[in-house]
Amino acid sequence: MNVPEDLLYTKDHEWARIEGDNAVIGITDFAQDSLGDITFIDLPKQGAELKQSEWCATVESVKAASDVYAPLSGQVVKVNGELAEHPELVNKSAYDKGWFAVIKISDMSQKGKLMSPAQYKEYTEGLSK
Amino acid sequence: MNYIPHTDSEKEQMLDAIGVKSVGELFEHILPELRPKSFDLPAGRSEFEVIEYLKSLGRKNSSHLTDFIGGGFYDHYIPSAVDALAGRSEFYTAYTPYQPECSQGWLQAIYEYQTVICELTGLDVSNASLYDGGTALYEAAMMAVRLTGRKKIIVDSGVNLIYRTMLYTYTSNLCVEFVETPVVHGQSCREDIYKHLDDKTAAVIVQNPNFFGAVDDFSDIVRQSHKSGALVIASVYPVSLGMLKTPAEMGVDIATGEGQSMGIPLSFGGPYLGFIAVKKEHMRQLPGRIAGATVDKDGKRGFVLTLQAREQHIRRERATSNICSNEALCALRALIYSSLLGKEGFRQLASMNYQKAEFAKKVLSKIKGVEVKRSSPTFNEFTVCLPINADEAVCRMIDKGFACGFPLGRFYKGLDNYLLVAVTEKRSREEIMRFANSLESVLCA
Repeated sequence: MNVPEDLLYTKDHEWARIEGDNAVIGITDFAQDSLGDITFIDLPKQGAELKQSEWCATVESVKAASDVYAPLSGQVVKVNGELAEHPELVNKSAYDKGWFAVIKISDMSQKGKLMSPAQYKEYTEGLSK
Repeated sequence: MNYIPHTDSEKEQMLDAIGVKSVGELFEHILPELRPKSFDLPAGRSEFEVIEYLKSLGRKNSSHLTDFIGGGFYDHYIPSAVDALAGRSEFYTAYTPYQPECSQGWLQAIYEYQTVICELTGLDVSNASLYDGGTALYEAAMMAVRLTGRKKIIVDSGVNLIYRTMLYTYTSNLCVEFVETPVVHGQSCREDIYKHLDDKTAAVIVQNPNFFGAVDDFSDIVRQSHKSGALVIASVYPVSLGMLKTPAEMGVDIATGEGQSMGIPLSFGGPYLGFIAVKKEHMRQLPGRIAGATVDKDGKRGFVLTLQAREQHIRRERATSNICSNEALCALRALIYSSLLGKEGFRQLASMNYQKAEFAKKVLSKIKGVEVKRSSPTFNEFTVCLPINADEAVCRMIDKGFACGFPLGRFYKGLDNYLLVAVTEKRSREEIMRFANSLESVLCA
């Protein structure tokens, strides 16, 4: 399971890459693998205010719809428009081309609630057993 | 006779299995004051008695009247083939016929029904149907709320009051704000709609033809609404689409309507047929079932339910709607009806309705004291102003053998002398002449 070193993680399998005041967010390799072929992603709207651990997107695979929760609070400054036509990018490239949105972080201290790569790796290994 | 198939000992076994002492115990979590004191059901009667009772209720109907009433539900001819085909047991007895493994016929019928609705409205995607025109309008309104994230809806008062009432009832516990705008000279009041349009408006709801029968082109309302980021929902009369500008041609985002006029008999309370069609970009917010075409593993064409992740059996509380059913049998009738007519037949049907209504207008306007309202073009229904109360005229016309129209005073204040008259393809020239003569004589009385 791919768990890049430069990201932070949630127990609901979202990731965040902090870049200055902003964070790029998406779902993890573990999440995309569990969901199977993704057919549609309902992304947050540009300008929407996200709250940490609350709903921000829905991922549809063939027979399931799974909610995605915001890893951090903040305003959506950019969404990945490519995913509208190519939701499979999340399956192919969960950490790169399959990013969901960029948010302007409103409370940097919330970082403390996220898992480090090592913690997340251990957490997912526990789930796989 | 007891219609509950379980014996007492079977009931005991079941209660035993789940560790409950009595059936009553199953309902104990409901507060006593919320439980019904009694279901107040009459004692059982024999089959013979029940049939006689129902017949006596049926005799209260005046089914012999020549029908000039519309108001959203119309007396169109239903070809015998509709009953014959829709009554086949393969269709008639099937319940929730959605399994692709054993319901290809039904799924194909639903798919074709959706195609008919898309062809008629010009829009991209239709669902498998809804209960009736009113519930379809409610679903469209909530779609707009979800799509825009806004909660204010502008409703033209030319929209059928029955639909408006349903809309307000359904949303009474939801935070949706409605603003009603007036009809002026038969048309939606642009000035008032634009005054209320703002960045909180989710949708503008209009109807074509409106309740007074007036035909409109909402293209300007659509342009203005889109500038404010609001959607436009139009409730339309499907038969009129054989000749009128379609919702898609006006740029309307969501079209809904009552499908009764397509092969479904008039009856008090239904079952009727709600339809809804949307632009492709909005399809993920459609409520209810959608049938789709696909190919099986051998490449053969087949049909399945599609986009199911919108629905409550998957999405749970985040589903687009609590609707998990449709009016499959009524939708099938609408499909058979439309297939029998075909595109050319549909055009001819619309034209006949229009021509006959125009003829009726001409004849009625010759009666002294009767004024046919002509401020707007109409389709097969129009408003006349009478020298007496329209309710009174309706009562007098029943004695002459006519259901002569809908008294507008029942829905609109100050219109007590106004009568809404509908003329379908079923009305002959002779009937229209007799109708006018009878009206003339009751007005003189």
